[in-house]
Amino acid sequence: MVGPYSLSYRGGEMSELLTTVDGRPLKEALANAERSKRIRAVLLVLPLFVFIFFSFLYPIALMLYRSVENPLIAEHMVETVAILENWDVKEVPSEEAFAALANDLVAARKTREIGKIATRLNFETPGLRSVITGTGRKAPRWGPPFKEQFIAYRSEWGELETWATLKRLSPTITTVNYLAAVDRKLNVEGNVVQIDENYQIYVDLFMRTAWMSILVTLACVILGFPIAYMLASLPLRQSNMLMILVLLPFWTSLLVRTTSWIVLLQTQGVLNDLMVWVGIINDAQRIQLIFNAQGTVIAMTQILLPFMVLPLYSVMKTIPPSYLRAAESLGAHRFLAFWRVYVPNTLPGVGAGCLLVFILAIGYYITPALVGGQDGQMISNMIAFHMQKSLNWGLAAALGGLLLLGVVLLYWVYNKLVGIDRLQMG
Amino acid sequence: MSQISLPDHAGPVETVWHWTYIAICSLIFLFLIAPILVIIPLSFNAEPYFTFTSGMMSLDPEAFSMRWYEDFMNKEIWQRSIANSFFIAFFATILATVLGTLASLGLSRSEMPNKGLFMGLLISPMIVPVIITAAGIFFFYATMNDYIPLTGSYLGVIIAHAVLGTPFVVITVTATLSGFDHSLTRAGAMLGADPTTVFFKIIMPLILPGVISGALFAFVTSFDEVVVVLFVASVEQQTIPRQMWAGIRESISPTILAVATILICISICLLATVELLRRRSERLRGMSPG
Repeated sequence: MVGPYSLSYRGGEMSELLTTVDGRPLKEALANAERSKRIRAVLLVLPLFVFIFFSFLYPIALMLYRSVENPLIAEHMVETVAILENWDVKEVPSEEAFAALANDLVAARKTREIGKIATRLNFETPGLRSVITGTGRKAPRWGPPFKEQFIAYRSEWGELETWATLKRLSPTITTVNYLAAVDRKLNVEGNVVQIDENYQIYVDLFMRTAWMSILVTLACVILGFPIAYMLASLPLRQSNMLMILVLLPFWTSLLVRTTSWIVLLQTQGVLNDLMVWVGIINDAQRIQLIFNAQGTVIAMTQILLPFMVLPLYSVMKTIPPSYLRAAESLGAHRFLAFWRVYVPNTLPGVGAGCLLVFILAIGYYITPALVGGQDGQMISNMIAFHMQKSLNWGLAAALGGLLLLGVVLLYWVYNKLVGIDRLQMG
Repeated sequence: MSQISLPDHAGPVETVWHWTYIAICSLIFLFLIAPILVIIPLSFNAEPYFTFTSGMMSLDPEAFSMRWYEDFMNKEIWQRSIANSFFIAFFATILATVLGTLASLGLSRSEMPNKGLFMGLLISPMIVPVIITAAGIFFFYATMNDYIPLTGSYLGVIIAHAVLGTPFVVITVTATLSGFDHSLTRAGAMLGADPTTVFFKIIMPLILPGVISGALFAFVTSFDEVVVVLFVASVEQQTIPRQMWAGIRESISPTILAVATILICISICLLATVELLRRRSERLRGMSPG
């Protein structure tokens, strides 16, 4: 069999052009071969890419779209929205707007969309739910002029804020979810302001999520460094045995590990029993170690520790022990040699481990949900709450969008510094 | 090599420090492993408590029982959950492994354009918080329900779990392929084998340990997954983690400890398999004397 690249000089004369046996110019043939190889490589990746695109990237794009779309008011309160478009937000609108609103509410009550509208407005300005549903119930019995009847029924209709809320939610694309996700809103004048202090939770929650993740990351470095050093320094046979102690938690179900921490740390749990038995505390002084932020940090540290130990170990494995011996023979004390020579060499591993642990910690959901109690909840738990309980999907999507932004930035940094292909498990 | 062992000329400070270091490390290893091990004896508790009774401490046989395992075996919901978990994890693993292995073969070719970008995208399901993935898939399935009912279906859960499992397959298989000698495939082709034969006779046997490790990771990912199940599955697709989740949150019963012990045994088996595969392939590559 003759390969396509075998060369031949055509005829007896010296040809300028190198060609393949079938007479094509070599350069072109090589380019073709290169291209078909590239296409083959892409074709191999394509099935997974298509799969990931449709069942991961597109769904996330859909979620991000959810965070800005707002079709409900524009679709179901057509007349009101049209009139409010030209309203200057200076004083309560005229009779015309009230008549439009009465029509829209009656129509919305018939199509049963009024509940959704009331909920949507209530997310923006708490208290509006009953105003909308109540007015919707009464409005069919009212005739013009509407304005006095509206205001007599609920004084909110005489307030600028109510109408401003309606106007603010009229556009089909909105930023209100993102503003709400950072405890901000548009006031009557259209400026971004902080919401009432009693309702401010999300900025604090983001801060707490970051703070808890930092604590977990620090705890992982402090606990991971000594054992990674031990694993890297012991002979392979022994370090392989100890490595199992790191890998087994890695392979054990997250729910199992979380359950274990409840069993260990709860007030009637193993650790408290042990302390009472030893006599450190008496039976009345049992310590609340779990169902709070501290319990979440402890459990998450144990769960994420392998992600710190593995990159540290693989970096430490590459540091020649002769460096330390050289430093010592040059007169450095053992500790100084360790601090000035060994530790700086481990920094790539420390960086990789910290970034990975932090990225994983910041989006944690299951452990805080099960052992977090009141003050150990993180941002993911709030997203789940709005997805499943309050059904404020727009706000859930906006919170998710902000969390995603943070994670993607960190992921990009990780990829730049460490390289995603260096990620390893076991 | 061994920097841990104490040299003969060590002074008292170094000796003390040496033993302190060993003690600290032992405590950290204890911190890693104790939470897993403590559950095993407690699952044999005869009393419905989550702590060691005085009977257990004195090793009284009366204090131990199999009642929570019997409870697990007799409850229909647990039986259904375990069947569902295996069913979903099995198909999610196959999907993830086939797609992930093919993609890894492409990604590890030098001709692959934009390798870093593709790799970054294909690994991202592992990095993106699972709550975001679950919310996105929830919205996606909601829009698709007019065409294929994915919410509350096995197919929907399997697809979502396969997404979460593929990064593990891609990482382990590309890692295996990075040590792969590509002249072997050329040799095969030169000796007259077509690409399919080369794949099954040469590439596959060599990368098989990596593929199996990746598949096991994908399996564990699905087997342990609860958030997506919470968001898109119905009661019919109840899995073991979902049932444990409900158990921990609502009616905590020691049956959960029995289930946890069974899951720990499964983890130990999987870890042993992966470790054996890893050591075998390292030995083949002459990297490890063990």
